[in-house]
Amino acid sequence: MSRRSATLKPRTATADRVVQSVCPYCAVGCGQKVYVKDEKVVQIEGDPDSPISRGRLCPKGAASEALVNQPGRMKEVLYRRPGSANWERISLEQATDMIAERMIRTRAQTWEEQGEDGKALKRTLGIHFLGGATLDSEENYLIKKFFCAAGALSIENQARI
Amino acid sequence: MGSNMAEQHPVGFQWVMEAHERGAKYIHVDPRFTRTSAMADRHVPIRAGTDIAFLGGVINYIFEHDAWFREYVQHYTNGPVIVREDYVDAEDAAGMFSGWDPEHGAYQIESWGYDETSHEAAGGKKEQQGDVSGEQAQGAHGMKLERGNPPNIDNSMQHPRCVLQILKRHFARYTPQVVSEICGCSERDFLAVARALCENSGRERTSAIVYSVGWTQHTVGVQNIRAASIVQMLLGNMGRPGGGILALRGHANIQGSTDIPTLYNILPGYIPMPHPTSGPDLDKFIELNGPDTGAWGNLKNYMVSLLKAWWGDAATDENNYGYDYLPRIDGDHSHYPMMVKMLDGGVQGMFCVGQNPTVGSANSKLMRLALAKLDWLVVRDFQPTESALFWKDSPEHESGETRAEDIQTEVFFLPCAAHTEKDGNFTNTQRLLQWHWKALDPPGDARSELHWIYHLGKAVRDKLADSEDPRDRPILDLTWDYPVEGPHQEPNAEAVLQEINGRGPDGKMLSTYEELKDDGSTACGSWIHCGIYKDGVNQSARKKPGQDQNWIAHEWGWAWPKDVRILYNRASADPDGKPWSERKRYVWWDGADDKWTSLGDSPDFPAQKEPSFEPEEDAKAMEAISGDKPFILHPDGRAWLFAPSGLVDGPLPTHYEPQETPFQNALYPQQQNPTRQEFPRPENPYHPVGSPVFPYVLSTWRLTEHHTSGAMSRTVPYLAELQPEFFCEVSPALAAERGLEHGGWATIVTARSAVEARVLVTDRIKPLQIEGRPTYRVGMPYHWGGVGIVTGDSANDLLPLVLDNNVHISEYKVATCDIRPGRRPRGPARLKLVEEYRQRAGVRVS
Repeated sequence: MSRRSATLKPRTATADRVVQSVCPYCAVGCGQKVYVKDEKVVQIEGDPDSPISRGRLCPKGAASEALVNQPGRMKEVLYRRPGSANWERISLEQATDMIAERMIRTRAQTWEEQGEDGKALKRTLGIHFLGGATLDSEENYLIKKFFCAAGALSIENQARI
Repeated sequence: MGSNMAEQHPVGFQWVMEAHERGAKYIHVDPRFTRTSAMADRHVPIRAGTDIAFLGGVINYIFEHDAWFREYVQHYTNGPVIVREDYVDAEDAAGMFSGWDPEHGAYQIESWGYDETSHEAAGGKKEQQGDVSGEQAQGAHGMKLERGNPPNIDNSMQHPRCVLQILKRHFARYTPQVVSEICGCSERDFLAVARALCENSGRERTSAIVYSVGWTQHTVGVQNIRAASIVQMLLGNMGRPGGGILALRGHANIQGSTDIPTLYNILPGYIPMPHPTSGPDLDKFIELNGPDTGAWGNLKNYMVSLLKAWWGDAATDENNYGYDYLPRIDGDHSHYPMMVKMLDGGVQGMFCVGQNPTVGSANSKLMRLALAKLDWLVVRDFQPTESALFWKDSPEHESGETRAEDIQTEVFFLPCAAHTEKDGNFTNTQRLLQWHWKALDPPGDARSELHWIYHLGKAVRDKLADSEDPRDRPILDLTWDYPVEGPHQEPNAEAVLQEINGRGPDGKMLSTYEELKDDGSTACGSWIHCGIYKDGVNQSARKKPGQDQNWIAHEWGWAWPKDVRILYNRASADPDGKPWSERKRYVWWDGADDKWTSLGDSPDFPAQKEPSFEPEEDAKAMEAISGDKPFILHPDGRAWLFAPSGLVDGPLPTHYEPQETPFQNALYPQQQNPTRQEFPRPENPYHPVGSPVFPYVLSTWRLTEHHTSGAMSRTVPYLAELQPEFFCEVSPALAAERGLEHGGWATIVTARSAVEARVLVTDRIKPLQIEGRPTYRVGMPYHWGGVGIVTGDSANDLLPLVLDNNVHISEYKVATCDIRPGRRPRGPARLKLVEEYRQRAGVRVS
């Protein structure tokens, strides 16, 4: 070991804190330890305490520090107008407001109060939602709850794919 | 079978290797040779799409060798149950079952019922009269039975109409020779597998079967799994340690997003979404959807508690607890039919949240064309995906079919938070919920989905606050007041988990779903998760180190229901409640304390129900389940060798060929699954069976280093470097036949599209001998698209939409194709090439 190497410390030793987490890729559910320094994830290691993974991670799990710090990660909201060839920047608040307006408008325009037989449908098929297998259960719960209340029932995810 | 565990679930695979080192036999039955095969005692390659023929052969072998577990089958399965006289098996009707209605292209399933059950009751109380497809149309949760008992039972299992005898006859022609002819494996290999399974099952030993999407992504996907479950029931391998059927799922929370569904046809905890038939009447819904007996006999408790969780004080006895606030389904509103509807201009808006259908869905070209018909699209991901950028850059722009200026879709891209930036639960593939803690705040405008949906919901509610329209009441009456914290006003995920767990009349956290009531006094967001916040503690966040516990590790995370780690584990004891053997002891009746006890798991059975318990007259729900019936989700407490309800395509698995195949069905005149969902239209044409223009079998699969559409891996430098380029795998013989060069380029063509890939010539993808000639296969990972550090053509552009009508999953694992050397044509020439193939093959495009 060179003199320089001897003075180096692993990022896991110099982290400000370590947080227990779960790998975001496949469904084995390997335990992860997330090392944070200066409010940045500096390393993610397998969690030896996990009875499922016993500290191991596969190539994807082992690369998940690079997933959260990926070079092209977008941190801004983008908006593309109809017919445009380019993105433009808008604020998160404006995007939320615009999306809420579109949901309300589409819902009103495509609402089906009842079917041809006169039986109640109380829904819209004008909105399709796809996602959930990469989200948390608490998130899916609120999505299902809100979309059901809005009558937007075509919610689907990777389980169908 | 149908799984490449070593490469797709590598860390879970350590347990297979550990068992192997301790002497367990491990066999891989799969079309291709992978690292999973390399480590196995035996690899048996079979032709893609022939799993039912293979497993049917195993079932036949079990009967031929009298290897079935008699006591287990008699007490715990419906083997002794006598089926109705008007039931006609596929053996006697050219590959079709009784009840086929050619006008609707669907089965009327009444004749599949238990003997002396009425037409209505036999089919399950199906709510829908014909236009809802899938398992839900067919009484998914079972049928009405008095005291949980099938009317006629022959415990000797000799009656010609008892399930066991029907099963024997159904699979009698699935002989080793037939298996070998259809699957392309040797009889010797097949017999070695069947023998090993039988030798490793019984009182002293158990066998497990592992599958993945290699089984689900077929037009017979559900029946593939049914076939395995029949093997495991006959051998007594369910509900016991070391046994079972293990579905290896592919995403961190794909299990959780089924349990608490982002799916159109169910509510949390597998409660069916209502159909119009029940009208505004909650009791009618309960009557139509829940059997009277078994755990589903308490459907009203679960449903009312869910409605109370969602609509709180606005859910009252007078308004049926807000039952009428729920939207109704009256057809197949799943992903693919919705994309087809979108293509026809029938859908205005779409959300893609961590999903990328223009690479990950079958017939991705159809997906892109459909998105261009939207008024608005919202994409949430780490960076703009191919789906977020379809208007900017796509193969259709290249071929001149579309132009950005013609696409009128508004697109919003919202950056998402990573798993390290939020609290919440992932449910792993064995139903285990594991809490992950937030390590830091997300950067910039990136937010969690919890933040997104909560604040979007608030914005919609604010805008509608003054609305008098009754249609807006469900939104305005919703309980939507979660505590928020931090600089971004992040909702508290534990508060949501508490709502999912449920509260009693005193506001305290409930401990088990058995406490739920139908009088509005309990509120619970998902009955199967009741107990996850037991004693006011987040049980899913328990992380007692594995090394400080026994192998069950019951204090790590929390599994639904009731923290049960092996489902139906009452079956690990004999009918008298004693372990089947000392070696396989797991859950047993403790006569001294009058309760079920175990090695450290929660018994999946009422804690104090004696093994000798017999239901009273008129008993309902769990009270109608005898002490020796472990399968409590079924109205008779038995595992179903024969499925009298719940399936659209037959009570027993039957070998059908895939939609696209070089071969005729060798067992029945009926070529394909008659209930499969087709979408014949110019954007989704099918190849004729046995087309010489498309002579090769095409399969898609994954790589260890990439994740589905690549949105979480082609953007990660290490992973991009490890697997930089789209490729196809072919055998040396096919390479010679078509002049393909290892490392060179090939163009793969179907009637949908043409893509180019690097050629990997390998013995891993061995030609199989079928009907006296070699069948060549082309295999492709499907991870590539136009965005990311590494890019390439998308394999899913080649596949058609054709679905298993039980669950609406497409057949990604088998199609036919041609392959030719060299790169694909550029620009409009690509379309010309596909058109030329269509004409030559006589493909109908309308």
